[in-house]
Amino acid sequence: MSKRCLLEMKNINKEYFGSKVLKNINITVNEGEIRSLVGENGAGKSTLMNILFGMPLIHNTGGFKGKIFFNGEKVDIKSPWSAMDLGIGMVHQEFMLLPGFSITENIKLNREQTKHNLLSKLFGPKLKSLDFVSMRKDSRFVLDALDLSIDEMLPVAGLPVGYMQFIEIARELDKKYTKLIVFDEPTAVLTEIEAETLIKTMKILAEKGISILFITHRLGEVLKVSDNITVLRDGEVVADLKTKDATVEKLAELMIGKKLGKFSVNHTAQSPFNEDFNKTTLKIEDLKVFMPSEEVKGISLEIKKGEIFGIGGLAGQGKIGIANGVMGIYSSEGRVLKEGKEIKLNDTTSAFNNRLAFVSEDRREVGLLLDHSVELNIVIKAIQHQNKFLRKIGGLRLIDRKNITQYSLKMIKELDIRCRGPKQIVRRLSGGNQQKVCIANAITLEPEILFVSEPTRGIDVGAKKIVLDHLKKLNQELGMTIIMTSSELIELRSICSRIAIIYKGKVAGILSPDASEVEFGLLMAGEKSYQKEIS
Amino acid sequence: MNEKIKRNIIDIKDTLGTVGYPCLIIALFLFFLLFYAAALGLPLTYLLGSIFVRFGMNGILVLAMIPSIKSGIGPNFGLSLGIVCGLVAATLSIEFGMLGFTGFFFAVVVSIILGSIIGYFYGLLLNKVKGQEMTVGTFAGFSTISLMCIFWLIAPYKSYKMIWPYGGEGLRVTITLQNDFGQVLNNWKLFKIFGVSIPTGLLLFFALFCIIMWIFLRTKTGIAMVAAGSNPKYAKASGISVEKSRIIGMVVSTVFGAVGIVVYAQSYGFLQLYTAPLYMPFFAVAAILIGGASIKNASITQALIGTFLFQGLLVVALPVANEVFASNLSEIARAIITNGMILYALTRREAGVE
Amino acid sequence: MKQINITNSKQKNARKIESFQLVSMIKKNIVPILFAILCLVGSIYAKLPLNFLLNDIIIRMARNSFLVISLIIPVIAGLGLNFGIVLGAMAGQMAVVAVTYWEIQGFLGFFLAIVVSTPLAILFGWLTGMLFNRAKGKEMITGLILGFFANGVYQFIFLFLVGTIIPMKNEYMLLSTGVGVRNSVNLKGIHYALDNLLKVKIFGLNFPMAVFLAVAVLCLGIKFLSKTKLGQEFRSVGQNRDISKVMGIQVDKVRIIAIIFSTIFAAWGQLIFLQNIGTLNTYGSHVQVGTFTIAAILIGGATVTRATISQALIGTFLFHTLFIISPLAGKNIFGSAQVGEYFRVFIAYGVIGVSLALYAWQNVGKKLRR
Repeated sequence: MSKRCLLEMKNINKEYFGSKVLKNINITVNEGEIRSLVGENGAGKSTLMNILFGMPLIHNTGGFKGKIFFNGEKVDIKSPWSAMDLGIGMVHQEFMLLPGFSITENIKLNREQTKHNLLSKLFGPKLKSLDFVSMRKDSRFVLDALDLSIDEMLPVAGLPVGYMQFIEIARELDKKYTKLIVFDEPTAVLTEIEAETLIKTMKILAEKGISILFITHRLGEVLKVSDNITVLRDGEVVADLKTKDATVEKLAELMIGKKLGKFSVNHTAQSPFNEDFNKTTLKIEDLKVFMPSEEVKGISLEIKKGEIFGIGGLAGQGKIGIANGVMGIYSSEGRVLKEGKEIKLNDTTSAFNNRLAFVSEDRREVGLLLDHSVELNIVIKAIQHQNKFLRKIGGLRLIDRKNITQYSLKMIKELDIRCRGPKQIVRRLSGGNQQKVCIANAITLEPEILFVSEPTRGIDVGAKKIVLDHLKKLNQELGMTIIMTSSELIELRSICSRIAIIYKGKVAGILSPDASEVEFGLLMAGEKSYQKEIS
Repeated sequence: MNEKIKRNIIDIKDTLGTVGYPCLIIALFLFFLLFYAAALGLPLTYLLGSIFVRFGMNGILVLAMIPSIKSGIGPNFGLSLGIVCGLVAATLSIEFGMLGFTGFFFAVVVSIILGSIIGYFYGLLLNKVKGQEMTVGTFAGFSTISLMCIFWLIAPYKSYKMIWPYGGEGLRVTITLQNDFGQVLNNWKLFKIFGVSIPTGLLLFFALFCIIMWIFLRTKTGIAMVAAGSNPKYAKASGISVEKSRIIGMVVSTVFGAVGIVVYAQSYGFLQLYTAPLYMPFFAVAAILIGGASIKNASITQALIGTFLFQGLLVVALPVANEVFASNLSEIARAIITNGMILYALTRREAGVE
Repeated sequence: MKQINITNSKQKNARKIESFQLVSMIKKNIVPILFAILCLVGSIYAKLPLNFLLNDIIIRMARNSFLVISLIIPVIAGLGLNFGIVLGAMAGQMAVVAVTYWEIQGFLGFFLAIVVSTPLAILFGWLTGMLFNRAKGKEMITGLILGFFANGVYQFIFLFLVGTIIPMKNEYMLLSTGVGVRNSVNLKGIHYALDNLLKVKIFGLNFPMAVFLAVAVLCLGIKFLSKTKLGQEFRSVGQNRDISKVMGIQVDKVRIIAIIFSTIFAAWGQLIFLQNIGTLNTYGSHVQVGTFTIAAILIGGATVTRATISQALIGTFLFHTLFIISPLAGKNIFGSAQVGEYFRVFIAYGVIGVSLALYAWQNVGKKLRR
């Protein structure tokens, strides 16, 4: 059964400010084929889709290299509109629906049927009247094709989330010339039943001859619905296989990869000479954190004093929420005890007072005051919470500039922060050096427990090692307990003594850094827990 | 070598960024006007003296913008609230029969008290309307002025110096301060240099408040406020209460507004009630923007430069315009410069923002 | 016993539903209802004969409704309350000065003023729209400041350019120096030009039907517009700019068109206003246009994100009733008409301030929930 090739993306290369995000990607989709695109976060899936969709982000950052062929012809996709014109549709994670409009109006957005009237003949086509009768007819037709009995004139605003996706599909279907629909993590927000219906719908669409590109990390669904699978890792295509040749374990292993060369697994992360070796320093009981897109739904962990504890998992599964919840950045419920004493939740000051500190995953937005000096960024938390770097003059507490500069110079030397001096504005520093400033910021508080989230995100390889080494040094020399959250399994495995994998807001399992890639992959993709529920 | 040149260029760009192109343009225009005025034979000594007076009398009102902008609220378009506090304080000072310096300091102290209270509540209001502080502030100011108009009419003031002579009830629109605390600061230790009168007391008082602001921005609370305004997410992650910082910012701003109008009135020699203060916040906003500030950041230097340039322009433009055109141009020029400056600041494309 | 209990509870439920509907209706329209009560109380204190009051209201409604309705389209297109309609009013005034200068009278003069003001209004609207596009999210404050700025430019043109660069010579219209337009210009040429076209007397009250017809045509026009492709684009952009953009709608262009419409209607509305008043207060007639029309539509129940024709009309009615009775009520309650005058200005500013505060407060809530 030879199907015609519909889409071919050939030798796609993309760089963002010097770092290569996509390396020689080749991917094809045939007519009527359902192809899944799997990979960890940061593997390049979203970038590839942004290129396919002609998103301005791509053009504003230097474009891309490579060719795209659609229906046998080379195409130049300059905007989302031209992608749509070709017949490429997208069902987004964040719904592109206008809540104040009815289902019909959303399906027909910017493609409404119109009729001429007196004024439009005089003043132009924009004044043509909307032909609601034909619009409703078309919408009804397409909704019926998807087996949806909902009233097409209902406003989208009140509808349950599950319906939104179908309305987006209806919209793509209504464009009679749609040939390819890209589904971007569609089941992330759906219930099990809604996900089943969606998968069924995808098969219906494929039977009609519409090709589907299904982006997901839910390996079970991949096996259920797709014809072929492409696996991305670190910006490269590592596998292109037929679904019948794939298993969950195989996919998990391909996603994680076997790269152990660069960082050696280091077991001396815990100092064996530390007397409090096995004592629990932080106990988290049934923590729930309401962080949008990284919700934690009940996590219990026991962190040992002096260890480097890793928290991993795929994006959106909740690993980032843990540190944010404990430190009071996002609202949370549950109990956190430090050495037996309960820490007040939703109160950042309380966390600081209990000698906890944290380096945020969002370096630029949360971690730094970009328009202020390096020295101010380093000392500000200590000023606010520990009254350090202040001089008392006549009853007022003023900042002690000299002291601050001296201390900052010390930090700059210790962490090798490349800057022109402590007074330089942080915005001008490179990503790696900005990260070091964040770390310095947290260390100045002299915490006993340090949460670090995504410590080496966006940093080049050389700087990565320095940052990780410094964390190790803090742990070994100062006995600081470090809880490191990261999407890069490699770095977790290189310095942590234990790694917890978070899936769907809960702990899927805790592994030793020596555990196999397959085990990690299964926990991260939720397959192991899934199987547990079955048995 | 290239690296060094690149760094120097970045430095120059940074400095220009602090000061801003409008500032340079207006500064050049002002100097041009001064030379032109001299060429026309206008009394430069008198003009310069006038500039110093107006610089000192408007300065504190402009300083009031700093805590507001730095705390993240943006320019304080509701400065009228502070101004009203100051006016009430001044009227009370006259009502209680205080004269000279006593009257002045009494007014200042009462305005600080009133300003703190009103500033606190205003801060609470602005915390609930994040994103629309400028518009809400403007109309809070306008409404307050209108409400105060009613107050001035029906409040039970008794001092003959202030009430309508024939009606008996309600305060006059303009009240002279000749016999109270008019000019007390200006005339204190007044001296002439090269024929230019320097209002020492006034400038010293202004300098005092500059120092107060400087110190405030260096206290623990001040730093917390600056952080909260610079990046609220960062502040929250650092355990700083953004809400509390904004309220503190408004309290300081309102207090400076209240004291500012007292200083302004004493220099002007008249207390102007009713609708006179309606547009004063806009002049203060424009002044600090001219000095190079933006909606997101402002410094004391910018307040000083801006006030000097703005007032300088107004002082010099009028007589020059009189020679060249007809009168009335000063009012129009003021409206165009003030609002043009604010429009420019509102429509600037900040780096990376849409 | 049981049966009676059942019917009782049925009745109770029925009454509960009814009262719930009534309560929610009151909640939805709380602002106009409150103001209606205020007007009623004020009217009683004003002790104005009903006949006189009604006549005055009819006159004011006729001359102001057009202006208030011109605010609707920008609200639909997501630009909020268009404080920039002042520029439309200025366009109208420039046209009326021209027509008076050329001494064209009667309805012809009025119609010519409409024709002349339109290209000016399009230009001003276009500039305003461009400015708004550069200040997305801050349109309202930008419009407010733009109004002040434009007023400065307007004064400059009328005081310094008329008679010099703009060659006009007329001792009745210009100042004695020959440069600059007088503070007040008599519009006797076009006074009542539109009003007199069709005057109807019902129950002893005078109705300038031509004006009401013009307002009715505008209402129909807006209703028609909202059912066209352009209207749909207004509504899309008003809901979500980003989604509209991705879907291929030219967001910036649509916003500018919305403002242009608003400015044109404001220009025509100001002309209707002036032909009724009969005198142009050269430097003052347009200044409060923004504040008063916006306060009016808000009193009618509109918000920054939603405005309908009925809200505009009801709001105009209530606002102007309040306007008429305030000084009189003030005199009778406080012994000073002045108090009443300040009170109505306070209400205008206060209503706008509160609406803006509510709008911001709701948006903060939205962001948190997401």
